[in-house]
Amino acid sequence: MDRPTYADFTGAGDHRLVSRIPEPERVRRLVERFAFGAVASDAPGAPVCPDAVGAALLAQQPGGVEPPDLGAPPAVDAKDPAVKAAAEKALSAQNSLAVRWWVDRMVSSPTPLVEKVTWFWHGHFATGAGMVRSAGLMVAQNQTLRALGLGGFEPLAQAMVVDPAMVVWLNGNQNRAGAPNENLGRELMELFVLGVGNYTEPDVKEAARALTGWTVDRDRMRAVVDPKRFDAGPKTVLGAPVSDAHSLVAMVVARPESARFVVARVWARFVSDTPPPPDVVERLVAAFGAGRDVRALLGAVVAEPLFADPGSQLVKQPVEWAVGLMRAVGVRPAELADKDWAGVQDALGRLGQVPFQPPSVGGWPVGQAWLTTGAALARLSLAQVVARNVGEPPRTIEEAGAMLGVAAWSPRTRAALDHVRTDPRALLAVAATSPEYVVSR
Amino acid sequence: MRDLTRRRFLQFSGVTAAAVLAAGGTAVGVDRLLSAPPSGDSVLVLVTLYGGNDGLNTLIPAQDRAYQDGRPELAYAPEQVLALGEGLGLNPGLRRLHGLWEQQRLTVVRGVGYPRPDHSHFRSMAIWQTASPDTSVRTGWLGRWLDHAHTEHGADPLRAVSLEPTLPPFLAGERTAGATIRPEGLALPQKSLAEAYRGLGVADGGDSPLQARAAESVTELFTVAQAVNGALTPGTPNTLAAQLGAVAALVRAGAPPRVYSASLGGFDTHADERGTQERLLGELDAALGGFVDALAGVSRRVVTVVYSEFGRRVRANAGQGTDHGTAAPVFVLGERVRSGFLGEQPSLEDLDDGDLKYTVDFRDVYASVLEDVLGADVEPVLGTWKGRAGFETTTP
Repeated sequence: MDRPTYADFTGAGDHRLVSRIPEPERVRRLVERFAFGAVASDAPGAPVCPDAVGAALLAQQPGGVEPPDLGAPPAVDAKDPAVKAAAEKALSAQNSLAVRWWVDRMVSSPTPLVEKVTWFWHGHFATGAGMVRSAGLMVAQNQTLRALGLGGFEPLAQAMVVDPAMVVWLNGNQNRAGAPNENLGRELMELFVLGVGNYTEPDVKEAARALTGWTVDRDRMRAVVDPKRFDAGPKTVLGAPVSDAHSLVAMVVARPESARFVVARVWARFVSDTPPPPDVVERLVAAFGAGRDVRALLGAVVAEPLFADPGSQLVKQPVEWAVGLMRAVGVRPAELADKDWAGVQDALGRLGQVPFQPPSVGGWPVGQAWLTTGAALARLSLAQVVARNVGEPPRTIEEAGAMLGVAAWSPRTRAALDHVRTDPRALLAVAATSPEYVVSR
Repeated sequence: MRDLTRRRFLQFSGVTAAAVLAAGGTAVGVDRLLSAPPSGDSVLVLVTLYGGNDGLNTLIPAQDRAYQDGRPELAYAPEQVLALGEGLGLNPGLRRLHGLWEQQRLTVVRGVGYPRPDHSHFRSMAIWQTASPDTSVRTGWLGRWLDHAHTEHGADPLRAVSLEPTLPPFLAGERTAGATIRPEGLALPQKSLAEAYRGLGVADGGDSPLQARAAESVTELFTVAQAVNGALTPGTPNTLAAQLGAVAALVRAGAPPRVYSASLGGFDTHADERGTQERLLGELDAALGGFVDALAGVSRRVVTVVYSEFGRRVRANAGQGTDHGTAAPVFVLGERVRSGFLGEQPSLEDLDDGDLKYTVDFRDVYASVLEDVLGADVEPVLGTWKGRAGFETTTP
């Protein structure tokens, strides 16, 4: 009989039966979930204690990160068709440059926790470059997520609700006194702070009024309130009086439902898409605390026995899988030939996940949605591009396992790899697409 | 057994594509299995319009004063719309659909929605895709159909195929899901790389459920590619027209899928709606028109349903757009379906907090699709749901 996992007694509040994966596996899991996986230079096989690894990861601080040199914003609103067409092309190139810059950060950053958390918040406050039409605003939002992502949730949510890219993305520009646009107010409550079922339609309408007046100054890359467009009348949201964006965000973030909502989102991305039982939620909410301290919440997730449960597996999101692979084999996006980078970005597109291009404000799916036939093919082509660029590809099936942090291959995968044992680059590509590496165990 | 195709026969005999591969069978067996007599089964094509298409500027009550008054800058004049009768007309971008209406090949189900409408894209799309307005469920409505077919007839990764880049939630079941392919087909690896990659699809006793699913998706890739590649054209972009072009090619080739999914996004017109929506509806119209043309000769087998997660408010907002609303029309194309209007047009004066009141529950449409197009039981998908849209279909 299989060992029971927490899924078998969800809600029972009794975790004496929780089994834990062995220490080396816990280290691998920690590094995969909180740091995109180990890098090529990490000495393999050295005995390390999971608690020490967790503590070292959680001590990482966001430093200053140099933004990419994008060049001048293209004149995408030009009337002249030829000028406009050239500007659209330039915008597309700048957007692609921003993607490459960020993926390179994820692969090479000395503080991968910071990049992993920035990536998490990008999926949470999902904003799309296609509608924002400014790579500069997308990068600026990314820098804000990086700077604030490990601090309190309230300052982060405050910054996001008036972030210029977000205001453009959710029609904040069109939200003014007497003619509210509900888009930003609704998503603030549904997707960013409270979750479905924790507010009513009248709350959305009142929240939209509190968010009126914001306009984006594209030249100066900032959002400001135009007092003439702001609805100064009294508003009531969730039974409490609010006046403007700041008091609205402060009030909703302080709600107890908000803490539980954020905890659930963190759990789904860092631990498992099976929701945690109520007692685990309560422990994590307590750690998150009145200060809504994101770093403290992540610390509690790492310490939670269920984090080490064999059942707490996740399908790696395509970007996480690709970044983990490049980290493991020492391939940097910034150093790839342009053609090879284009191959990586194209494959990410076919996998359904390109940074700065979420399918909607709801962000990307979790779990089995990534395991489709089309994804199976795109994954192999991305792995082949990476394998072509590896300095020293693995010479044996065991070396491939060591490189990717897979301690033991299944008989199935060993037999499959045997077909390409004489071709080191093919060996690496196939190993990287194995169920053992596509799923974070 | 009326339409006992070879594929069905093989399914009843327990020999299925997935089973052959899982047992270590060779590609030859699968090729034979899937390339044999073309399927003559009826086919459902579901086209999802993401973002909430404005139903009132799609099926337009141009003569209604309340329509003109509610959105003076956005409204179409009566002489601009493509008249269908009963005071309604199509958006001028929908010329091909108007032609199909005149040929009695288009059904317009009016006022489709559900009780206590939700204005969130995600929640409302989830409601449409799971067919569960009251409680959250993890399975899509056609995912439950796939699960049931899996139980009744065995595994088949080719029952439902999405041409979209990612699998739509309505094709996700508890135990099985639709496959995704690209309109340009699937360029499989060759030689030893193919052997190795195919090997990753074999089930392993030590697999966790997610790992088992990852392995399965590799096997399905080979199965699906062998079945579809001959009918598709490399280099095709992933537009709606290309997605439907690929569906037409597969149907013509007698490929086995009973359900196809295609989509078009961008309908969230909170600002400057008129030009944007007309362009998108034009793209939809050209894609559907091309699809009907490409199906010449086999079009009786195909029924196409076009829907969005909600319509939009009657009143325009200050940005010459509209905010999230409720009921909207659903288009059903197909020679076998009774043409004309179904359902009542919602009143523009008797509103629910500024929103249209629905007149047809979307589950009525689903139930009719299941019974009349897929020949399936409604119960495993929609439980005891009694309503029917009343397509009055004839046999293919």
